[in-house]
Amino acid sequence: MSGDLTVGVVTFPGSLDDVDARRAVRLAGHQPVALWHRDHDLRGVDAVVLPGGFSYGDYLRCGAISRFSPVMEDVIEAAGRGLPVLGICNGFQVLCEAHLLPGALVRNQAQRFVCRDQGLRLERTSTPWTSAFGEGQEIVVPLKNGEGCYVAAEATLDELEGEGRVVARYLGSDPNGSMRRIAGVSNPRGNVVGLMPHPEHAVEEGFGPGTDGLGFFALVGALVADRV
Amino acid sequence: MARVVVDVMLKPEILDPQGKAVHGALPRLGVEGVTEVRQGKRFELEVEGELTEERLAQLHGIAERLLSNPVIEDFEVHVA
Repeated sequence: MSGDLTVGVVTFPGSLDDVDARRAVRLAGHQPVALWHRDHDLRGVDAVVLPGGFSYGDYLRCGAISRFSPVMEDVIEAAGRGLPVLGICNGFQVLCEAHLLPGALVRNQAQRFVCRDQGLRLERTSTPWTSAFGEGQEIVVPLKNGEGCYVAAEATLDELEGEGRVVARYLGSDPNGSMRRIAGVSNPRGNVVGLMPHPEHAVEEGFGPGTDGLGFFALVGALVADRV
Repeated sequence: MARVVVDVMLKPEILDPQGKAVHGALPRLGVEGVTEVRQGKRFELEVEGELTEERLAQLHGIAERLLSNPVIEDFEVHVA
C-alpha cells in the first residue's frame, strides 16, 4: 500500500460522518486532512471525501446548498483534472447536485428512514476507491438514509450500465427504491464515485458489521492527479 | 418592489412518495374522488427596484440552477 497519501474530508454545516471518514482514512493507512466548506483551499490533498450527514439541514434539496460552497468550486475543478473524489450518502447527493455524477437521490420510496447493515455487490473496481476489491465481490456495510432512492432517466441508466459505471448494487430487498438497485455510480473516468451506503462505518472489528468498508479508503494503486 | 414566484414540481415520471402519503390520508378524512396528489415547492422572491427583462432572466437562471434540480424537477416563473 502506498500508505502516505493525504485524503481531505470536507466538513459542511450539518456534516455528521466527517470524523468517522477521517478515522477510516487513518485506519486504512493514510493521512486525513480536515477541509472546511468555506475555504477555497484543498490543502494539496491527493483525494477528497465528501462525508455523510445533513448539510444545511437538507434544506431546499439534499446537497443543493453545499454544492455552491466555496470548497466545492475547488473540488469540481480538481475532479475535472482527475482528483479522486468519493461522496458518501449526503456527499453522493452533493456530487449529483454538482453534476459531477448523473441522476439524483430522492425520498425513499417507502417514505421511511432506513438504517441497517446492507449487502452490496461491487461491479466497477477500476476506480481509485474500489480497486482494493475484486469485481463482483459482495460486502456488507451500514446503510442509513431517508433520501437515498437513486433516480435517473432511462437513457442515462442505460448509458451507466453500458459504460460499466455502476459501482455498487444493493443485494437482497431494495432498501430505498433505487432504480436498477443502484447503490453507487462513477463518472466516466472513474475518479469520482458516489455511494449511498457508509463504508466508513465498517472499518474496525467490534464497531459495525465488520471491516468490509476499509477497502474504499485503501486507495490501492490510485493514480494520483496533479497535486492541487 | 416586485414579487417573483417560482413553482417547482417533481417531473411527472418521478415517483412522489410524499404526495402519495397525503393522497392516502384523504379517504380517512372523508374526501373521495381525488385521483392524485403531487407535492411541490413555491418560492416567493421579493425584488427591489424595477423588474427589468435582464433581472427576470437572472432570476430565471437561479430558478434553474438553485431552486430546482432539472434531473427531477420542472419549474415555472411568474411575476405576481
